[in-house]
Amino acid sequence: MPKPKLSVSSPLPGAGPARNRRLRALRNAGRFLVVILLTYLGLLAVTFFIGRVMPIDPVLAIVGDRASGELVARVREEMGFNKPLYEQFVIYIGKILRGDFGTSVLSSHPVMDDIRRAFPATLELATLGILIGVGFGVPLGVWAAVRQGRWVDQIVRVMGLIGYSVPIFWLGLMALVLFYARLGWVGGPGRVDVVYEYTLANVSGLLLLDAAMAGQWDAFANVLSHLILPASLLGYFSLAYISRMTRSFMLHELSQEYVVAARAKGLSEARIIWRHALRNAMVPLVTVITLSYAGLLEGSVLTEAVFAWPGLGLYITNSLQNADMNAVLGGTIAVGSVYIGLNLLSDVLYRTLDPRTRSR
Amino acid sequence: MRTLSPVLNRRILVAAAASALVLAAGMHSAVAATPKDTLVVAFGFDDIITMDPAEAFELSAGEIMGNTYDRLVRLDPADSSKLVGDVAKAWTISPDGKTYTFELKPGLKFASGNPLTAEDVAYSLQRAVMLDKSPAFILTQFGFGKDSVKDKIKATGPLTLTMETDKAYAPSFVLNCLTANVGAIVDKKLVASHEKDGDWGYAWMKTGYAGSGPLKLREWRANEVITLERNDNYYGPKMPLARVLYRHVKESATQRLLLEKGDIDIARNLAPQDLAALASNKDVKTTSAPKGTVYYISLNQKNPNLAKPEVREALKWLVDYSAIGDTLIKNIGVIDQNFMPVGLLGASTEMPYKLDVDKAKALLTKAGLPNGFKVTIDMRTIQPVQGITESFQQTAKRAGIDIEIIPGDGKQVLTKYRARTHDMYIGQWGADYWDPHTNATFVQNSDNSDDAKAKPLAWRNAWIVPALDKMADAAVLERDTAKRKKMYEDMQAEFRKTSPFIMLFQQTEVAAVRSNVDGFKLGPTFDTNYMFLVSKK
Repeated sequence: MPKPKLSVSSPLPGAGPARNRRLRALRNAGRFLVVILLTYLGLLAVTFFIGRVMPIDPVLAIVGDRASGELVARVREEMGFNKPLYEQFVIYIGKILRGDFGTSVLSSHPVMDDIRRAFPATLELATLGILIGVGFGVPLGVWAAVRQGRWVDQIVRVMGLIGYSVPIFWLGLMALVLFYARLGWVGGPGRVDVVYEYTLANVSGLLLLDAAMAGQWDAFANVLSHLILPASLLGYFSLAYISRMTRSFMLHELSQEYVVAARAKGLSEARIIWRHALRNAMVPLVTVITLSYAGLLEGSVLTEAVFAWPGLGLYITNSLQNADMNAVLGGTIAVGSVYIGLNLLSDVLYRTLDPRTRSR
Repeated sequence: MRTLSPVLNRRILVAAAASALVLAAGMHSAVAATPKDTLVVAFGFDDIITMDPAEAFELSAGEIMGNTYDRLVRLDPADSSKLVGDVAKAWTISPDGKTYTFELKPGLKFASGNPLTAEDVAYSLQRAVMLDKSPAFILTQFGFGKDSVKDKIKATGPLTLTMETDKAYAPSFVLNCLTANVGAIVDKKLVASHEKDGDWGYAWMKTGYAGSGPLKLREWRANEVITLERNDNYYGPKMPLARVLYRHVKESATQRLLLEKGDIDIARNLAPQDLAALASNKDVKTTSAPKGTVYYISLNQKNPNLAKPEVREALKWLVDYSAIGDTLIKNIGVIDQNFMPVGLLGASTEMPYKLDVDKAKALLTKAGLPNGFKVTIDMRTIQPVQGITESFQQTAKRAGIDIEIIPGDGKQVLTKYRARTHDMYIGQWGADYWDPHTNATFVQNSDNSDDAKAKPLAWRNAWIVPALDKMADAAVLERDTAKRKKMYEDMQAEFRKTSPFIMLFQQTEVAAVRSNVDGFKLGPTFDTNYMFLVSKK
């Protein structure tokens, strides 16, 4: 589709519609920034206050069950928990603005260091998961739409149903029993075998990338063998959703007039489906895929638990259970950033794929 | 509609699926079992919050401390009822029973290479008192304060040290307390080099290591992995293996899978059903040891119904001890109706209670509650606690007592318990150090007001019995071991009859081990689970 030459209508460069456009872009960017800031503030406020009204005493996370009443009172004062709630919140926001997210009680490390280590583990898992989900989900959805009501369609629907109704925990364990314990095809829980635990260079935290860059191909294969099961599991769950949505978007497109016109013109069926209908169905599908990806990146708590995967989901859950509030708040900010980032990405992709949305 | 593309499509799908499977199949075949020089342990260690022996008070941290730090004296690995010198060669006690003089073994070194002297020992104990973290009371109960500790614990020569207590305590009590992690010896030179703003190296020690034990800590990644390596500077026999790796795996079923596959050598948190399933595996053996942890149900005396002596007793007759012992805690615990776990001085094996609904009903009638009453119990949603609570709920119902279970997360239940806002509570109590005085918390309560300074278990349930409190105070000063033993037995006899504690069982720690692993033995405490004695065939 040729782009309209808008600049022709402007008498002077940098003025008229072009300048208006730039102004509008600036205003949009400004509005977007305010929205981001407010989102973060809301996110923090909600998490902070939920954390404080939780029926768990954060001091207990530090002193343990057996400490005396005296010690508990002292630590409470040291941590500022005797101050009014709003004051604690203001202090916390002040710290964050200075880039200080505090220290995690559980790991004794700065929260940001912990997240920097947990996030790549989740990123690696989620990325492979979404690749599997899209790689299989989209073709399956298209196929089901094309053969609506036939056995392919039924199978895809049953797969989706299983994906929704079977607990991931159970499925994960069964997959481990079969593929790891019984058949020995894949690696077990954890990110890598013990043999490689201290020989694999950890640079980016993405072990596949690190192994490839260092040329340690045996380590690469080992990492992949550990990744494949949890990633397939996550992939399967996103596949179930993605294939269903693809199917319904495709059905909508295939009933459009342009498809009829294309057939009348004598275009091949493959061309109609893959080049024309799918291309149009991709526009709403992008949102579905990015949101699924965000969901996986947020940390798939149960998958990470079954596969002893030291990612973000496990980190936040553990912290929450132990009232480790600095870690919970830091993790929340990380998850919030992922959502905001991916929303932005989906926006950009949307505009790229559908030119109609660009002029708005 | 024409059908060209689906065929194409199907071919792509099948090819993709097949190549994924082939890839996956080829990938893992080359991997052998665990490395020969490395012991790999699957262990849930998400309780660890610090690696500083002056602060660490968690069970898992205890095990790491026990393997990586030396102390003055230690429980004998061969027979844990005996004390042996660790870095101490010998010790004497002054006639008035208040001054302990230790002589250290010569030529000792820290893992760092620095020499270990009496100065380091004094520094370590002073440091624990000055930092005053959770386990500090184990030392401060001997009268060491922040202002006096430097005078009371001091090096009097390169290899001699004196320690002066405020009263003439039972020597076994003092020495037993020194076996605790808080008595671990840190490398003064190394710690001092990391000191910031007079913090005694506290910030660094949270993840650092400054010990002299048979193993040294290389790395602790919270909820992920702990790596210990052989310390070649250790004075005693060197560990046969080069390193011990703890992997944080919480799920019992996952641990079992890993063990069966040989990806780990030892599984540490197995549930009864997984243990039973492993019994038939010839590549695996199991080992167990009674631990100093007891499980109990307690009745808050602020609840007027639970405060009635007949109700307290009736509830003790409403627990189906034998069913619990046969199923819910099979292999992981032994029924015990006393507050002192077997293995500690003065432990009793008296068990007067069994399930007897009629007896309970009669007691309830006597208490003026012939139709029972309603009450709540706070419970952590973990096994076997959950199963026991549900069993108790059913048996109590038979006497008309309607128990509502309030499930919660560990810290949540504990928060309520410590605030004394519960009715009934089910939980566990572990020994802080290997001496009977550690469980005096069940009877000691000298101030029952809400803002009391000390808040022992008796206080948490608003139970105050001055006679028992006095007896506990006297027992810790009794220097005649036989007499001291009798005092704890007497305390428990009274406790069984009248206390608001329904003692349930003593924990047995179990581990399943690959058959090529030798020398692995669980100790009575978590800091006596020694990994440095283990070798592999």
